[in-house]
Formats: sequence, C-alpha cells, structure tokens
Amino acid sequence: MSNAASTRYTRTAIALHWLMFVLIACGFSLAVYMVDLPLSPQKLKYFSWHKWIGVTVFLLAVARLAWRLTHPSPALPATMPLWQQHAAAVNLVALYVLILVIPPTGWLYSSATGVPTVYLGLVQLPDLLGRDKALAEQLKLVHVTLNFTMLALVIIHSAAALKHHLVDRDDVLWRMLPFIKLRGK
Amino acid sequence: MRGSLSGLITAAGVLLLQVATLAAAQTVLYDKSRITCVSRQENVPVEAQFRKFTAQIAFDPARPETGKAQIEIDLDSFDIGFDEYNNDARGKNWFDVRNFPRAKFVSSSMRALGGGKFEARGPLTIKGKTNEVAAPFTYKEEPGSGVFEGAFSIKRLQYNIGEGVWKDTSTVADEVQIRFRIVVAAAKPAAKK
Repeated sequence: MSNAASTRYTRTAIALHWLMFVLIACGFSLAVYMVDLPLSPQKLKYFSWHKWIGVTVFLLAVARLAWRLTHPSPALPATMPLWQQHAAAVNLVALYVLILVIPPTGWLYSSATGVPTVYLGLVQLPDLLGRDKALAEQLKLVHVTLNFTMLALVIIHSAAALKHHLVDRDDVLWRMLPFIKLRGK
Repeated sequence: MRGSLSGLITAAGVLLLQVATLAAAQTVLYDKSRITCVSRQENVPVEAQFRKFTAQIAFDPARPETGKAQIEIDLDSFDIGFDEYNNDARGKNWFDVRNFPRAKFVSSSMRALGGGKFEARGPLTIKGKTNEVAAPFTYKEEPGSGVFEGAFSIKRLQYNIGEGVWKDTSTVADEVQIRFRIVVAAAKPAAKK
C-alpha cells in the first residue's frame, strides 16, 4: 500500500474540488430561485450574493488550475477503455473552461445592465462594458446557456464517478473523496 | 440702398434677440442635459436617469447671486434600466407618481464658491416632503452653450422614498446622490464676424 498516497488526489486538490462543488451548487440554485422572485430587498441581496459566489469560484478556479498544473493527478485505472479515458479528459477540460468562463460572462452581463459587481460589498470590479440593454439580454442568454451546459457536464461527470464506484468498483471516486484514508474492502 | 436696409433690419433683429434672451430664462438644450441619481444597494452604485424634466435657468457667472433656477422632474420618467424596477419605482413605496408626479427644486439663493464653482440653495420637494438642499456646481462656457454640472446628496428617507420593506437601509442606502448636467444655449448669440 506504499503507493496509496499517490493514487489519491492531494488534499489541496480534494479540498478545492469539493469547496467549488458546494459554491457552484449554491450559486446555481440561488440563481434559479432568485430570478423569478418579485422585486424585494431580499432579491437584491441574493443577486449580490450570487455575484460574490461567482467571483469566489473564479478565483478558486484559477488557484485550482495552477495547483493542477503543478501537481499531476493520479492516473486512471489501466483497465479503463481508452475511449472512456478520453471522454473523461474532454469532460474535465470542458468543465474547467466553463468554470473559468462563466463568472466573467456574469460580470459582463452585470456591467451591461448597469449594475456593477462589488465583491463582498467591498471591492468594486471595473465595468468592462457600458450600459446596453440589448447586449445585456444576449449576455444573459450566454450566461444561462453556459450554466446549463455545465450542469449537463456535471451530471455526466458525477454519473461516471458513481459508475466507477458502484459498477466497476475501482478507486476512481475514492481518490477524490475527502476524510477517507483507505477504501473499505 | 437695398443692402444697407437689410443690414439695418438684421442689426435690429440681432438687438431684439439679445434683449429677449437676456430678459427671459436661458434656453435649455434638453437632448444634451441629464439628471440622474445614484443609489447604493449593498454598496453597489446603480445609476438611474430622469428622462423628462423642465428647467428654467437665468444665470450670469459674473453675477451669480442674481441667478435663479427652477427645475421640475417628471418622476414617471425614472429609468433605472429594468422595467420591473421602474414600475416598482412609480408605485406607492417609492415615488408614488400618481399622487406626486413631480419633484421640484426652486433656488432661493446662489453664490460663487470660488475656483469656478458655484452653489445653488433652495427647497427640494419630492413626494410632498420639502427639505433645503445645497447643490454645488460648475459652469463652463462652450461654443454656443453653457454647461452646468454638479452633484449633491439627499437622504431618501427624509422624502419617504422607499417605504415598507424598503425602509431598511441595509439594502438600499439612505444616501442618494443626485447628479445633473444641464446645457443651455449661449445667453448671447455668437457674434458673426
């Protein structure tokens, strides 16, 4: 079992993965919930919080990408068919791209509506665009479409992870699970 | 003979025009003028524009203390960029435009602050509430026009703007900045040389 450590992701990678999962899940559900609410102070707060989550996710994504590039992830099981390995890699790259691209589209959308993003109510991000209603509508569509694309990829990603765990009974899910030292056999 | 007669008529016309423009308020160029307000919700500044207003201004930078201004804003023309919010702003909690269609400022005094800056003071009435405000501004002459530009802050709750759930200032701050840029046609017609 001396290679047990290397078959798992690093603790930092695991922490970043799950922290981002929680934040994205919160940001996504909050958005779906808040958009159709009637106007209220609470709704305005939710919009602010949603933007804060987006900025945080973006910053974590940059950190995570840097970590990943300097800390190779454990190899996939050799028993895995090549097409599955490729599919997993493509899905992961697409997820990384979306996680990095979606927050800026929200930021641009926000700028185009004339409502700046003030991170945690403290740091105002510069507006990259002037107020433009038509452009705002298009950016909203881009932001929403990319998010639902991400949802589809996340579903594939987690379904595959569960399939590894429950059907293939290999270590693929286990190597990303927190608080677990050894896989119970 | 003909030439000199038309010259005389032109000269008389110019003189008449000068007299008329000096006596009356300056002509406001509305398409170049803007009145906006910036509110802050959780520290996020959001600008809204009042698209319709009327202004009567008589101002001579050489004698600012004789200046007069009266500005009426059509609150129905409030535009914060979202239809839903605009509709809400017209309702009872905010401007209540059905009962209070206009906001009004009338200057009671004007003075020079030095350094090309001036100040207009006077009552500002919104939603039936009147408070004294002081609006500092600059005046710049540009070819063919004069530009008044300035900003001042009001406390929205002093005017009952934002009642009910909106009274809580932790979401929408009490302080709201009013910004104006009012362009008037030059008081004296540019002399043709």
